[in-house]
Formats: sequence, structure tokens, C-alpha cells
Amino acid sequence: MRTLQKGALVPQMVDSTTVLWGQTIVYTAYVLAILIVMGVFAYNITRDGKSPTVKDKLFYTFAAFLVILGMSLHVVTYNTIPWVPSDVHASGIEADKEFHITVADHEFSLPTERLMIDCDDMVRFNVTSSDLTYGFGLFRQDNSMMFQMQVVPQRADNKLLWEFTENGVYNIRSTEYSGPLGYQMIVEDAVEVTGCDVDAAGGTQ
Amino acid sequence: MTLKATLLDGNEGAFDHKTMTPMQKLTLRFVLVGVVYYAFAAIEGMVMRIFQVDPGRFVGEGSLSLTDIDQYFGILTAHPLVGIFGSTYLLVFGAFLFLVPYLMKKPLWSFKAANWTLWTIAGGTFVFWVDGFVSHYAPLYTLYWPLPADFDQFHPLSGAIFIAGIALVMVGTALFVVNIFKTITYTPEGFEKVDGKAYLKSALGLTGFRNLRRRRKEQEEHLVPLPVAAVARGTVDTALNAAIILFTGVLILVFMVAELFGTTLKTTAVDSLLYKNWFWWGLDLIADGLVLIFVAGTWYLMASLITGRKVYMQNIARAALLVELVVSWTVWSHHLLSDQGQPAFLKIVSGELVTAFELITQGLAFFITLATLWAARPLKMTNELKFLLGGLLGFALAVPAGILQADIGLNRVLHNTQWVVGPHVHVAILVGLTMTLYSAIYYLLPVLTNGAKLYSQKLANFHFWAHLVGGIGMGAFMGMAGLQGMLRRTLYFEGEYTVYMVFAALSGALLIAALLAFLYNVVMTVGLKGAIGIFQHSDRDVKELLPTE
Repeated sequence: MRTLQKGALVPQMVDSTTVLWGQTIVYTAYVLAILIVMGVFAYNITRDGKSPTVKDKLFYTFAAFLVILGMSLHVVTYNTIPWVPSDVHASGIEADKEFHITVADHEFSLPTERLMIDCDDMVRFNVTSSDLTYGFGLFRQDNSMMFQMQVVPQRADNKLLWEFTENGVYNIRSTEYSGPLGYQMIVEDAVEVTGCDVDAAGGTQ
Repeated sequence: MTLKATLLDGNEGAFDHKTMTPMQKLTLRFVLVGVVYYAFAAIEGMVMRIFQVDPGRFVGEGSLSLTDIDQYFGILTAHPLVGIFGSTYLLVFGAFLFLVPYLMKKPLWSFKAANWTLWTIAGGTFVFWVDGFVSHYAPLYTLYWPLPADFDQFHPLSGAIFIAGIALVMVGTALFVVNIFKTITYTPEGFEKVDGKAYLKSALGLTGFRNLRRRRKEQEEHLVPLPVAAVARGTVDTALNAAIILFTGVLILVFMVAELFGTTLKTTAVDSLLYKNWFWWGLDLIADGLVLIFVAGTWYLMASLITGRKVYMQNIARAALLVELVVSWTVWSHHLLSDQGQPAFLKIVSGELVTAFELITQGLAFFITLATLWAARPLKMTNELKFLLGGLLGFALAVPAGILQADIGLNRVLHNTQWVVGPHVHVAILVGLTMTLYSAIYYLLPVLTNGAKLYSQKLANFHFWAHLVGGIGMGAFMGMAGLQGMLRRTLYFEGEYTVYMVFAALSGALLIAALLAFLYNVVMTVGLKGAIGIFQHSDRDVKELLPTE
């Protein structure tokens, strides 16, 4: 666990796939639940029988539940998704390594042919565009996404911190539409992480 | 009747367009043109779904060449705009231009302005659609600066024509806005004088808000019915959105016109992040403003029409609509959670916390509608009821999906993936919004046609199930691909996501089948002669909503 200059702690990085699995389970369970609720409601609404008026208390309880649910989501993700604190407090974190990447005419220019990263390094990607809005995303060999950010032109603040804890070779891809030429903006095997005990899913060559 | 006779004269010959008032005809024209544009958007969507299954088959040497990449992105740009402006705006505006005077029990303020609304929006949509199809102008609806003015990729003339089409749509929209507010507040000739300001306050929700703090006996009377209040509040966002889009259009046009006259203006004169904030503030007035407010209003209207009862918790419903309006002005930052230059407090306050209020306001509208229906049990499962339940389900699925992606942590791995456009956008629009609109159409069809009988209930049932399963299925498979890293607005040539895209295309085919069943059912209900008759002149008074004799 790292300590920020402001004193906040950055939890140990987990793989983004783990986070998405968590989301998939939660959302799928919700979808099944709401399908059942609507199905039961649709069935019962046509049945004979007098319905009691819905009590005000139930309504206010539901309203309170929505408020708690809406707010707690962000509290939970802030405390469980490791890259959120480092994102919010990025200026207070010292990077182990920084890569300056430029984009122009639908092409990425990297400082070296392959960006080499040691395990557990906190890396800052500093991407600048001189013409259009692009995206900067890192993808595993199985095409799943590690992370992405927007690259807004003529700005020097398109910076993202990421801590690498798994070995792998990753592709860079633009994640924002920049005209019909944008779909070709892929740099294969652009980033390599070494020295970890664990290999990324679909990440090694 | 023979099939041919039904096709020509409608089901049992029950529809006679000569009995219709000009307002009935105008409303049905809105509906017909809106449905035609829905078909445009659906076909475009299907073309893209097929293309996404295996883009390599459609481009390059020896390919089928159904379309090429420029054409694909041209379609991708036109598709949502045709769907929103050409279809949804026309369906919603047409319905509200009829329902507001119907519920307020007075004539529409200006029939002529309503007519202009129809033809400027229909014409404007046609202009930008044709331009996109022919010239492949493709900056997407997001228009991220300076892409719309990137003349290395797009010709300035094609861009100027495209923007002119959008501007025409906005002119029609402005006329709608004026017509709605004037209809709520004006006193028609021969009517008792009304206090326009009091009606405006009631429509905007100030009365309902004050009533929340008063005892039941001391509460002020609502001058405006709840659905009209929803229409008025959604129309505020419609007006603001039109102003933002028109202003942005003028900005882009300046660059295009200068280029056409040989002067290249510096695109760096406009800060891209500031522009992005400005533009998303305006765009979100549609996605997170007027759509949600209009839909909630339509749910309340349909629930009260289906049950013949007042809406449950009416004061809360009115207050929630006002809260939703304010929320819609302050949520835009959830589109900029991956923009590192965006201030953190905007990401947290606007992007996360205020956005979460949409879960609350839409959740309350969902609960209120279900409670209103429940209190009237037993109900007959009519077409309008089943489509209303489908619409409620659509938003119950899509809003939480949106709330998940409006989180700083999750957005880092969801932004611009198929998750955003599948379980959130397409489920919200196709299942939530469109099924709500179908509910209103099935209810209004006999009202607007003076009692035409639906040709086939079996086709209506097929329409319901095919649309529901197709819409949810397409969103689900796009979402699964998104969670595996598939981006939106790009192409994959190595078959990375073929399985998901095949199932998404099959779901899309179900949606097309549902649309065809609906169109066939409507044509067989009113007949070809009747459909043509809708566009013929009516001799009746334009102030008459429904035939009085």
C-alpha cells in the first residue's frame, strides 16, 4: 500500500478484470431480480382481487433506499477500486516512471519502440495531442481493457497514473472516435511489464 | 373483407379520414413521419449490426462492398440523430401538441406553427441524412472539437449542409417550445380570462413544491394536469438544448464558411475541454433531461388513462419532475470522467453525486406509476398497458447501468465501450423510451382515427414480444462485448467479438421484425386510402381537436 503526499492510502492494485467481474455479477443479479418483479407484477395486476392502497411509508422507505443506494455506490467503489484514490489525488503521487507520448495525424509516437515497466512500478502516462481529441487505452492480448483516458488536444493535463502488478505485453489503442481514420490507431505490443509473480490474463505473448 | 379490400380501405372499413379534424390529421402526420424515420434509424442500425459481425467481408479487394468504412461512419453519425430528431422528436412533439390542448381543454395556440414544426424537423432531418449518406460527413453527434472543422477529413461544404439540416430541426423545435407554453398560458377567444402567470407557475412545478410544505387542506389547486406539467418542464430543457445546439452550429459554420472562402481559421482559438463541457451540458439536456422528464410524464398520463384514476403521490411526482429538471442542468460531467483535465470536484459532484439523483427521480416515477396501476387492480392486459410495462422495465434496466458507468472507478474501464451504448443507451431508447411511445400510440390510435379497429391483436402481441426481447437482447450482447473490452465507434477485423455481434445482430433482426409487424398492422387498420387521406386537407375548423358531431 502506498502513501500519498496528502496522507491518504492507495490500496494495492487489483486487475481491472476483477472489478468488471464484480460489476457483472451485481448487475446480472439485479437484471434477474427486476425481470422477476416486473413479471410477477404484470401477472398479478390482471388477477381478480382488491388491492390495498400503497402506504406512504412504503413509498418513503423506497425513496430513502434509492438515496442510500445512489450515494453508497461511489463510497464503495472509492474504497474498493484501487485506482480511484490515485486518480483523484494524482498530483500528490510520485511516479516511478513517466512516459511522454504524443499523438498527431491519427498516429501515436512513443519515446521508445516498447515501453518497459518493472513490476509494482507506479507509471505516469503523459499523452499530448496536437490536432484532434483521441483516446489512450491499454489493452491485454485478449483485447480486454486495462484502462483508458481521453486525450484532449492542446492540453498538457492528459496524464494517468497506473500501477502494474502483473507481467504482460499490452497494446495501445485510441479509445475515442477521431474520424474514419481513427479505427487504425493501434500500436501492438507497445508496453511490457516484467518481474511480477503473476501473469496477466491473456497478457503475455 | 378480402385482404386486398382491407389493404385499401382498412380493417372493416371503419376508418374514414374525411371525419377527421385538422388536429387529428396533423398528429397522425407527426406519428407517420416519426415512424418512417424510426424505420430509417432501425435499418441503419441493422446495416451497422451486420457490418460489425464481420467488417472484413465488406471492405477491401473482392469484398461484398455493401458499404465502405467512410460510409459506415457516415451512417454511425446519422443514425442517432435520425433516431432522436427525425423519430423521437416528431413522435413526442406530435403527441404533446395534441395532448396539451386535449388535457387543458382548449385549442392549440397555433396550428400553423405546429405544421411548421413538423415540416422543418422532417425536412432538416432529411437534409442532414442525405448529406451524411452522400458526402460521408462523419464527426458523430458528439462533435468533439476540432473534429467537425477538420477539413483534412471532411469537406467544409458537406459539413455546412449537415449543420444547416440540424439548424432547421432546431427552428422547428423552437416553434414547438413557443406553441406549448403559449397553449398553456393563453386565453382562447370566447373563453374566460385565465391568469397566464399562475398557469406557468403550476406548469413549472412551483405550486407543487409549495404544497409539499402545506397541510392537505391548505394546498393550492393545481391549475395544470400532471402530464402537462411534465411536458412543460421537459420543454424547458428542449428550449435550452436547441439554443446550445444552434450556438454551437453557428460556431462550426463560421469555420466552414471561412474555409469555403479560402481562409483557414485556427481551431486552437477554441479550448477543446471548455467546448466539451459546454456541448455536453447542452446534449445532456436531451439524454438526462427532456427524455427522462417526458417519459415520466407519459408514464403518469398513461397510468391515469389506463386506470381512470389520479396518479399516486401527485405532489411528490410534481416535485420530482422539478428536481429532475434542475438535476438535468448539473449532471453533464459524467461524460467527462475520463478527461484528466476536468476538475475533480466537477467529476465527483456533477459526474457522480448529482447524476445519482437520476436513479432517485426516475426510481420514484417508476414506483408512482406502478402504485397507480396496482391500486386499480384488476386491469385488462391491453396493448397500451403491456407496452407501458415494457417501457418501465426498459428504464429499470438502463438507468442503473448508466449510474454504474457514471462512477470514476468504473468509468476508467467502461468509457466508450459497448457497455455504454448497449445496456444503457439502446436499452433506454429502444425498450424504455420507444415502448413508452408505443403505449401512447396504441392508446391514441382509436382516438385519433375516430374508432378505427386494430387489424390484428396477434400481430400486436408479436410486436410487443419481438421488440422487448430484441431490445433487451441487443443491449445485453453489446454489454457483454463491452465488458470484454470492445469499444464503440470503431471496427474489429480479426473476429475478436464475432460471437457477441452475431447475437446482437439476431436481436436487431427481431427488432426489425417487430417494426414490420407494427407497420403492417397499422396499414391494415387504416388502409392505404386512409393513410394517404391523412395527408389530405380537412375542411373542419383547426381549433377543433376531436369531431364535435
